[in-house]
Amino acid sequence: MSSQQNLAERGMAAGLRALNWLAASDLLDRLGLREPTERLLHGASKTTVATATRAGRTFAAAQRLSRPARQPKGPRTDLFDLEPADEQQMLRDSVREFALAKLRPAAEEADAATATPPELLGQANELGLSMVGVPEELGGAVEQRSAVTSVLMSEALAQGDMGIAVACLAPAAVSTAISLWGDATQQSTYLPEFVSENVPAAALAILEPRAMFDPFRLETRARRANGGYVLDGTKALVPRAQDAELFIIAAELEGTGPALFIVEPATQGIAVEPEPAMGVRAAATGTLTFDNAKLGPDALLGGGDPKVYTECVQLGRLGWCAVALGTGRAVLDYVIPYVNERKAFGEPIAHRQAVAFTVANIAIELDGMRLATYRAASRVDQDLSFAREVALARRLCAERGMAIGSDGVQLLGGHGYVTEHPVERWYRDLRAGGVMEGALLI
Amino acid sequence: MINLETPRKFEQLVSQAHLVATEIFRANSRKYDRAEHSYPKELDMLAAAIDGMNEGGGISGAGAGTVGSGPSGNGASGKGRSGNRNGSNMASLLGLIELCWGDVGLLLTMPRQGLGQAAIAAVADEEQLARFGGKWAAMAITEPEAGSDSAAIRTTAKYDEDTDEYVLNGEKIFVTSGDRADLIVVWATLDPSQGRAAIKSFVVERDNPGLKLDRLEHKLGIRASDTANFVLDNCRVPKENLLGSPEIAPKGGFAGVMQTFDNTRPLVAGMAIGVSRACLDRTRELLAEAGIEIDYDRPPHSQPAAAADFISMESDWEAARLLTLRAAWMADNRKPNSLQASMAKAKAGRVATDVALRCVALAGSVGYGEGELLEKWARDVKILDIFEGTQQIQLLIVSRLLLGKTSGELK
Repeated sequence: MSSQQNLAERGMAAGLRALNWLAASDLLDRLGLREPTERLLHGASKTTVATATRAGRTFAAAQRLSRPARQPKGPRTDLFDLEPADEQQMLRDSVREFALAKLRPAAEEADAATATPPELLGQANELGLSMVGVPEELGGAVEQRSAVTSVLMSEALAQGDMGIAVACLAPAAVSTAISLWGDATQQSTYLPEFVSENVPAAALAILEPRAMFDPFRLETRARRANGGYVLDGTKALVPRAQDAELFIIAAELEGTGPALFIVEPATQGIAVEPEPAMGVRAAATGTLTFDNAKLGPDALLGGGDPKVYTECVQLGRLGWCAVALGTGRAVLDYVIPYVNERKAFGEPIAHRQAVAFTVANIAIELDGMRLATYRAASRVDQDLSFAREVALARRLCAERGMAIGSDGVQLLGGHGYVTEHPVERWYRDLRAGGVMEGALLI
Repeated sequence: MINLETPRKFEQLVSQAHLVATEIFRANSRKYDRAEHSYPKELDMLAAAIDGMNEGGGISGAGAGTVGSGPSGNGASGKGRSGNRNGSNMASLLGLIELCWGDVGLLLTMPRQGLGQAAIAAVADEEQLARFGGKWAAMAITEPEAGSDSAAIRTTAKYDEDTDEYVLNGEKIFVTSGDRADLIVVWATLDPSQGRAAIKSFVVERDNPGLKLDRLEHKLGIRASDTANFVLDNCRVPKENLLGSPEIAPKGGFAGVMQTFDNTRPLVAGMAIGVSRACLDRTRELLAEAGIEIDYDRPPHSQPAAAADFISMESDWEAARLLTLRAAWMADNRKPNSLQASMAKAKAGRVATDVALRCVALAGSVGYGEGELLEKWARDVKILDIFEGTQQIQLLIVSRLLLGKTSGELK
């Protein structure tokens, strides 16, 4: 494993090696899998080649900002209110429509292929997901910074499919982070690409591969050297890791604490490997390894301020809450007609309290999760402290969300366990809520 | 625009209620837990003060009589730009949460604040409102053989043409503040063969000679609040004391009575939220004394088990609280909220009981002993998952509404 190859080269090499190995094996013939696998590999190698090209994208500022641009916060209300503003409702409804029409039908195949079809990513970009968090003067889509809007859009997208939603939202995490914390140079360099027609694949990586991971005790290290930084360590379950053209990487900066770095994948010393997981497979998660990876002086995001990093972790958790809400809603909407139609002992199983109460509890817990998540997001928008509210929402979405996934399978019984119905995928996806850090950003 | 913070205009109400909870309720908590069936005279002055404040539009914390789907209090000031209202349902709920943070048993026996007033407010006509408004009214629904199944009550009301009176006969149990109230709202059937449609509510004056106190219950908790059992023995009430229409209509009558619960269920959920917040607040202090700090940023699994447990309890508590605020907000905005009211009651009832019992365990012998109030709150709180519709009844309501089932299909 040479660390001299850059990511693009390594990606192509790994793809071709796997192809060669598989083509030489008679395993596929024995299992009758050759044709589908070749189709799959065809897609995969195309993606790999495309990655090599895209990874070569140069981020360069056409015009330099004199100072960083920030989205202003929106108006406040003093009244308790559960109705989103009109424009938020419109955004949410259009994203939901897209999610149900496009993401849901593509979900099973994308899950199996551990990849989201590029045309779907392109269509999702047209929804402006990566532009929502970008200031208007840099080409952003929305005048005001609104965590609530991001939550509503992420929730709606994940109602179609969580894995694809994460793949679609991964670049938005990067563009939002640079919008929120980038300096003038970083914003001028990177943000124009995120508001272009060809949004780069990008990912925010915090998670590391070990039990008891704590995002405030990172083992990925950054040290200062030659006016820049040097990264060492490993990041786990990074969405679209292999085709990403830009990363934000969390690392412990010596003498400062955990901090965020903007990293271009062409950097020497970065290796990437696919790391498929239990769920969110369409997000094409991978492992990133940094071995003496040298970053320039402009790589540090938010000046290494520990408050920026903490906020990033919190907003990431809110993102995982939002997608859990969407998938939880998918479960509820799926089980209600199922238990009403499925008959046992001569009547619909919905006539049994054990079944009906399970449905009731899914709805109750889902609404509790949703209200807690909305409250946390609305506190972000109101400049109120939100550490506690994010923690409470995260715990609800992780644990109650997981239970909703489990109940969804249980209500369908054996039918829930097979891939003919989507509930087994939602079961796998909903476990992500308690595990994932970063990757999304509200 | 989405905002789930407590409106600033209710902050004063909340802080007044908190003061009452601390200075009067907490100060007498243990006393009346021990002296079951003795009247908490400390509340008389407080009740008078609250009556005054209600008239002045101030604290209406315990006022079940002020909730409802009708034009709500707070006048024009409750209306936001886009027609969004935060009115008397939310105000009552917020006040109630604070008071129950103090003591739910004492709250339940606040003079003139019984849930019976909600029933009167919901169905009484002008003349009845004038006669009964402002009095202490208790609710008598449950019978030895009919609890959750309130359509199965057997207490009868027969019209006596000679005297223009109804004659009530039967037995009523679990009447909160039954012996202390001025009025008892009694549910009885005009014709047992006609089911729900024949069930009506009647206002019985406490000093009616036909209303005989059988006994006061000894209970697990809420001992400050008396629970009375009555026998109605040829209990005669003027026909004007029937609330609503005397007609036995096949549709609507009983449903109207049941709708009272849409407004009172969020209040009982609010009681659960108040008691369990008391548990959480005290437990947090005790944990801090034991060297356990709760860190909301670090993953729960990398913190001490007690801290992780606390975050887990607090998150479910927050979900219950927000579900309850939603139900009240919907009532203020005249949105139908049967589903959300039952969701709130179901979640709050079970979460509060769970939280209270776990807090006792976290505090160890300190939590279990009578030196602290934690053990008392854990006893008090259980009733809140039972009255105004048990956990199981709430789940039935929620699932019937979600699944589109009748009570005949989903039993």
